[in-house]
Parts: sequence; C-alpha cells; structure tokens
Amino acid sequence: MFKFKRLINIALSAALLASLGTVFPALANSDIIKLATTTSTENSGLLGYLLPKFEKETGYQVQVIATGTGKALKLARQGDVDVVMTHAPAAEAKFVAEGYGWMPRGIMENDFVILGPINDPAHIRDSKSAAAAFKAISKSGLPFISRGDNSGTHMKEMAIWQKAAIAPEFSGYTSVGQGMGKTLQMANEMQGYTLSDRGTYVAYKNKLNLAVDYDGGKTLANPYQIILINPKKYPDLNHKGARALSDWLISPQAQKMINNYRVNGEQLFKATYGK
Amino acid sequence: MTESWLSLIQQAFGLLFSLDPGTWSIIGVSFNVSLAALLLTLVPSMVLGFILAFARFPGRWTVINLVQTMQSIPTVVIGLLAYLLLTRMGPLGDLRWLFTQKGMILGQMLICAPVLVAMSQAAFTSADRRAWETSRTLGAPWLSAVWVLCRELRAPLLMAIVAAFSRIVTEVGCSMMVGGNIMNVTRNIPTAIALETSKGDFAQAIALGLVLLILALILNFALGTLRGKSEPRSH
Repeated sequence: MFKFKRLINIALSAALLASLGTVFPALANSDIIKLATTTSTENSGLLGYLLPKFEKETGYQVQVIATGTGKALKLARQGDVDVVMTHAPAAEAKFVAEGYGWMPRGIMENDFVILGPINDPAHIRDSKSAAAAFKAISKSGLPFISRGDNSGTHMKEMAIWQKAAIAPEFSGYTSVGQGMGKTLQMANEMQGYTLSDRGTYVAYKNKLNLAVDYDGGKTLANPYQIILINPKKYPDLNHKGARALSDWLISPQAQKMINNYRVNGEQLFKATYGK
Repeated sequence: MTESWLSLIQQAFGLLFSLDPGTWSIIGVSFNVSLAALLLTLVPSMVLGFILAFARFPGRWTVINLVQTMQSIPTVVIGLLAYLLLTRMGPLGDLRWLFTQKGMILGQMLICAPVLVAMSQAAFTSADRRAWETSRTLGAPWLSAVWVLCRELRAPLLMAIVAAFSRIVTEVGCSMMVGGNIMNVTRNIPTAIALETSKGDFAQAIALGLVLLILALILNFALGTLRGKSEPRSH
C-alpha cells in the first residue's frame, strides 16, 4: 500500500507541475499570430512548408486554424483571430466592404477541378463549361459529393449549380459537411464526382482512384487572398504580426517559394502578387 | 489503401520510439490539458459529492438530477457551450481563451465535473455512516473525519477519477471546437487522430491510438489491483 500511495503522490505532483505551466503561462503573447485559413492550404502541406521559414526570419509563431473559408471569415469578423487567408472572392469583397477586413492581397492561385471515376461514366470530359459538366452529372444519376460546409470550394460549387440552373437536390447529391481531404476520400469510396481545388487533389492523388474529368476555363480559377483585420474594430489583436505575415507572403522570396512548392513533382500553387 | 497493415503499424511504433517530436507534442498537449482540467475540478467536485451524500437541504434533488443530466450530454454540446462562452462575442470573450489550452481546460472541466460529482456521491453514499458518526462523536475534527472516510473509500473514489480522466482524455468534440486543432498548441490525441484520418495518413493516428490503448490498460490494471486488495479475500 505504501508503494502505491507514493506512486500516486509522485503522479499528482508531476501533474500539478505540468498543469501550472498551462494555467499560468506568460501573459504577453505578442509573438503569436493566429491565422484562420482554409483546409486546402493546410492539407496540401503548403503552410507547413512556408511558415517555418517566416517564423525563423521574424521570431513570430503562427498558429493555424484550418477550417472552411466561411468559418474562417466568420472568425475574423468576430475578432477571434489576427489575420485570415481564404479563397472566395465574393465573400471576401463583402468582408472588406463591411469594414471588417482591409488590405486584401492576392498572393497565389490554383484552380478547381471536377474529379470523378477514371472512366468518366457521366461523359463530362468534352463538356463546354463547368456548368454543362454539372448538368451532365445531375442527369447521370451518379453520386456527387459536396463539401456542404460553406467553404470556398463549396461556395464555388453553389455558384456553378446556379449557373447551370439546377437545384442541387437530385438523388445522387450528397452533402457531407467535411474538409476537402475527407470529401475526396468519400468521393473515392463512393466513386462519385466532386469539385476540388487542384492543390488538395494533387496532394491526395496517390490515395485516390479518381481522375480530373473536367478542368480549365475562367470559371474554375481559384485565387487566394490574405486579408488583415480592421484595427478600428478590434484594437487588441496582433496587427503588427498580421502585417508582418502579409508583407512576408508578398515578398519575392515567399512568392518564389510558393511557385517552387511541389507535391509528387507537381506545382500546386501559382504565385500571383502584383499580377 | 496503398500501404499494408503491417507497414502502417511498423511506422506507428517507429514514430513512438524514435520520439518523433510532432507525435510526442500531441501526447503532451493531451496530458497537459486533461490533467489540469482533472486537478482543477477534483476537490470542488468531491466536496459537492460529499455534501450531496451526507447533507439534506432544499434543492438537493434538483442538483442531483442536474448533475446526472450533465453527465449524459454529448461532449460536442459542451463544446458548443464552451465555444459560445469563449468567443469574443460571448460572456467570457474578454479572456481571449478561444483556441488556447486554457479554453480546452475549461471545456474539459465542464465535462469531467459531473462524472466526479456523481461517482463520488455514490461512493460516499455507500459508506458506512456509522464510521463517520463514530469518529465525529469521538471528537475527531471535521477534516480528519473526512480524510478517514476518503481513505476508507479510496477504491471507488479512484475509480471516479479514472472514469473522469478517461472521458476527457478521449473526447474529440469539445477539443476540436474550442481548441481549433492548432499544431503544437491545441492539437491533442483525439483531434490529431481525426485530422490524420481525414488526410488518409494512418501511421500517426495508429501511434496515438496505441498510446490511448496502453494508458487505458495501465489505469484499469492499477485499479484492478487496488480493488483486489480492498475486497475480502475469497477462500
């Protein structure tokens, strides 16, 4: 019994010591930048490649909250994060126009692709537009897996359905409420079609039995912006750090790094600042 | 799946034994947060459990039922509650605890307190009231009478602690919502497993799952030993 008691004593004191560190950490945290961004930049590995370099050069620490664009902008709107990087031009313009965001900078782009089974059973490969491809999918009776999470990709998908004048309520339509990676896996399991950003698709390619069945065209361009948060709305955020991150991302060095980032030998993002 | 099961498990053990910093940081976050939440809740919860077992006061029935209800609420709902409290627009928004370990600790405290209260109340209720009354009439001070009682009940009380700890160290809903799954900061074992699975990378998820499995084994065997000692020996 004595031994057991001592063991518990040791465990409790160790736990107490460990928890003191978290309950009473240093108060000053101006070195931390909270970045809300999309799952695509995180899942594709781009941020894991860029941010350590930024952190090493500036001493800041970037904490990434990876979520859909809709939620990311919402977090920024509520002042729960310091800076936001997203890919939904219409929602971003609204965010800036309403006075929450300022200094939006386009830093890079990739494009959306329509993925589907390799043999393309709905025959969308020769479609004239993304909307026509969606129309063919809805007629085919095959599954279409939608992010359904108000992310940038989901917003783009809804815009295409609208263009095709189709209410996405047909029998194969499945709204899964998941991030891009999980959605790709589900589309793969169900052998259905889905809309994906090319970056995440390339990062997942080896694990998928899906092919790009439609791509190209202006409709499917996918620009990313980093947007600062209006200091007048939330004066106590880490605006200095946010600005430093934004400035660094448009620097020639970071822009070059974005162009050089490759997964499985493929370039995922195209740097676009100033273009 | 392109990788075989065997190679996945090999990779998982590799991550654990090579002391991969990413994997161990996740394990550290889990223990840090859950132990802090448990320690901060422990004494007040057990005191409440004691009061509910021994005292009779108006509203006791209501409190007991509220505790039971809290115990059966899914952790995502508690996560939602903690999120709404901690977001800047919420009543505790000024603390700026959203997406920090402190926020996660708060959420986990809300999750483990009802378990501790309910189970310690059951333990205290099962105690022989006469032991308590005797030591009190013999002039034992209040506190040392409680201490005697707690020692008497160490097995069921420890069981309450283990149950509360397992509930918080394995919950994913509240941690994901309130912590935000930030690498090296708020990414704990359950949220990391959810993320790695969504990425289709299973090695780290398996490594972390193994840690939880081993922890469960250790805790339950330790409890089993303790219970064995406090039970009358069978011949």
